[in-house]
Amino acid sequence: MTPLPPDVSGEAPDLFTTSPYMRRRRRRGAVVKFALLLALMTAVAALVTLIITVINGSFGLAAVENAKPPSELAASLGHPEGTELESLGKEDLVTLLEAEISTNLGRRFERERRFFDDRLVFEDPYVLNDLCMSGEPPPACSLSARSREDVYGLVVERVVDPTIVGTWSFFDSVFNRGEIEADAALEHPGAELIFRSWISWDFIRNPQSPEPAVAGIRTALFGSMWVVLITLVFSFPVGVGAAIYLEEYARENRLNSIIQTNINNLAGVPSIIYGMLGLAIFVRTLEVITSGSFLGGGGGATANGRTIISAGFTLGLLILPLIIINAQEAIRAVPGSLRQAGMALGSTKWQTVRAHVLPNALPGILTGTILAVARALGETAPLVVVGASTFITTDPTGPFSKFTVLPIQIFQWTSRPQDEFRNIAAAAIVVLLVLLLTLNAAAVILRNRYSRRAV
Amino acid sequence: MLLFAAAALSILTTVGIVFELGKEALLFFRSAEATIGEFLTSTIWQPAILDFGIWPLVLATLTTSIIAMIVALPVGLATAVYLSEYASPRVRGVIKPILEVLAGIPTVVYGYFALTFMTPLLRSILGVGAVEIFNTASAGIVVGILIIPLVSSMSEDALHAVPMSLREASYGVGATKLDTSLRVVLPAALSGITAAFVVSISRAIGETMVVAIAAGAGPKNFTFGEDSLFGYILNPFVAGETMTGHIVRISGGDLSYDSIDYNSIFAIGLALFVITLGLNVVSRRFVARFREVYE
Repeated sequence: MTPLPPDVSGEAPDLFTTSPYMRRRRRRGAVVKFALLLALMTAVAALVTLIITVINGSFGLAAVENAKPPSELAASLGHPEGTELESLGKEDLVTLLEAEISTNLGRRFERERRFFDDRLVFEDPYVLNDLCMSGEPPPACSLSARSREDVYGLVVERVVDPTIVGTWSFFDSVFNRGEIEADAALEHPGAELIFRSWISWDFIRNPQSPEPAVAGIRTALFGSMWVVLITLVFSFPVGVGAAIYLEEYARENRLNSIIQTNINNLAGVPSIIYGMLGLAIFVRTLEVITSGSFLGGGGGATANGRTIISAGFTLGLLILPLIIINAQEAIRAVPGSLRQAGMALGSTKWQTVRAHVLPNALPGILTGTILAVARALGETAPLVVVGASTFITTDPTGPFSKFTVLPIQIFQWTSRPQDEFRNIAAAAIVVLLVLLLTLNAAAVILRNRYSRRAV
Repeated sequence: MLLFAAAALSILTTVGIVFELGKEALLFFRSAEATIGEFLTSTIWQPAILDFGIWPLVLATLTTSIIAMIVALPVGLATAVYLSEYASPRVRGVIKPILEVLAGIPTVVYGYFALTFMTPLLRSILGVGAVEIFNTASAGIVVGILIIPLVSSMSEDALHAVPMSLREASYGVGATKLDTSLRVVLPAALSGITAAFVVSISRAIGETMVVAIAAGAGPKNFTFGEDSLFGYILNPFVAGETMTGHIVRISGGDLSYDSIDYNSIFAIGLALFVITLGLNVVSRRFVARFREVYE
């Protein structure tokens, strides 16, 4: 894009190529250009390495020890040899549970949620009836029976009880397979060595568990969705409103310029500070509201403010400056002639804004909002401070539930010293990155469509 | 009016931050266990025995930030110069999205990267004995990678704002592309680039997840004279907890309100807020100055 030095050609001796001084200058130029390119490649290499590192952790060999081999379990019910545990029906699975786990544990599961709607397996009907009449009825009293998948999960977790005793990264597994097999046979003689993709449907569907073999991210995914939803519901209208005010209504006075400067400065405040603000205001000061206890304790048994709604509002404040700044740019890009045309037809300012400015700015506003939501989806630090739960296995049921989100799950698994938790952290990272990439792609498509129309 | 309220909410946010951080920090300094003098001078942070000196945390923050800047400045600036002065539109079309992706990756992922890639790499280069599993060097390098896109995009904006006529004048007197880029365009964009640097430093200081995961989980307390200056105090390959890392670790546990721990993290938060806000204001001044020159 910059003009090149004039190209000298013709009969006269070419000073640009013959003079040693010029050659030296050119060589130096080439060296520096190469150095710049190298620096740029460093940045690219960093991204590639990062992705490879994550992939490297998401797949690989794992040595698994089962307390009860699944093949034997199916056979113990009289099914032919080689029947897969997965193919069994709910009745069979419950029978297995009955045979293999203690009655006490069975009662506990049944009080959490019944196995069948029409009969009880472990629990005495009279005891459960009494419990349901008592002041604190167990969840089973109001919930319908467990699904087959749910029972299957229990069988795997409690009966098969797979323990991962060792894991290897992808490249190790591919290139040193022989060595690993020898190692595993020596150190974990009872274990089965399988090549495992840590990302699987089960990983996405299963709730959190202390056992990495069966742990999943369902709880965290639901948590993330709830939090982002609240964030969006709060920050989108407020952000767009603020942008409209600043672009269309604000006069050039001191107050408005302070607001503008302030928004720009807020965009640079570290996210963890927002977390502390959320902790002090939403979690603590507004505890009565955010814990849901103003609804008569109906929301959940949490009774403190470390809930989805606190997290949502905290992230809402965090992305508000981003939404405002982006929306302002989108509104500014709407040509002034549209406004004048609207006004000339006698519409009021608000009518003009609503009927002409906003529809034209909408794609830009949405693009900015999607990017801001992507930011909220990946935020970790403020939510740690606001108090995401370290370990919950139940899906959030509403804005007043305790919660965990995907990035928090990644953080906790990464912080565990055992290798297998690193593997599921990597798998969770893949899921998170895919989600973010989808959002970004949506933003890019929106932007392209918009710019095509504007041309 | 409703729209004004929406805009004014931003003011309320700032006031909220200052008020809440200030209030809790004040409670902290008013309490019998901590004094502002100790907070600002002591080199021991050990809440269990009521030692509250912020220096171990500040030192770790400085270490990671300086290392981050050593990585991010040259790479980010060189990327910006290449993209703005040398690159063909096609190369730009490839590189810009890559930088955007790099900027969009959540910081917790960078934390994972630091712990599972950078630390083992450092340990295999420098020896397992020389590098601890948690260390500020690895965290700092990865924070540096994380802010490369920020440095390069802000610097590139600054370089773009330099009028074409300056470049053409430079070529006109016989300068090469190299001379033009480094001796004419770069100095002309200096205030904008400085702004980029200042914002990046502020970002590095405020960065949380990478240091919380990879830098260490306990303050690196030290005593001048007793501890070796280069072997321990300034050694980046030793574990150290930064200000942000400490806030995350303390608030991640079960924290009871009105405890000295609760108040102490707000004092740290206040210090952090003041530092980063100050840096951002400074950077905005630089940008304002450089706009005055060319518009």
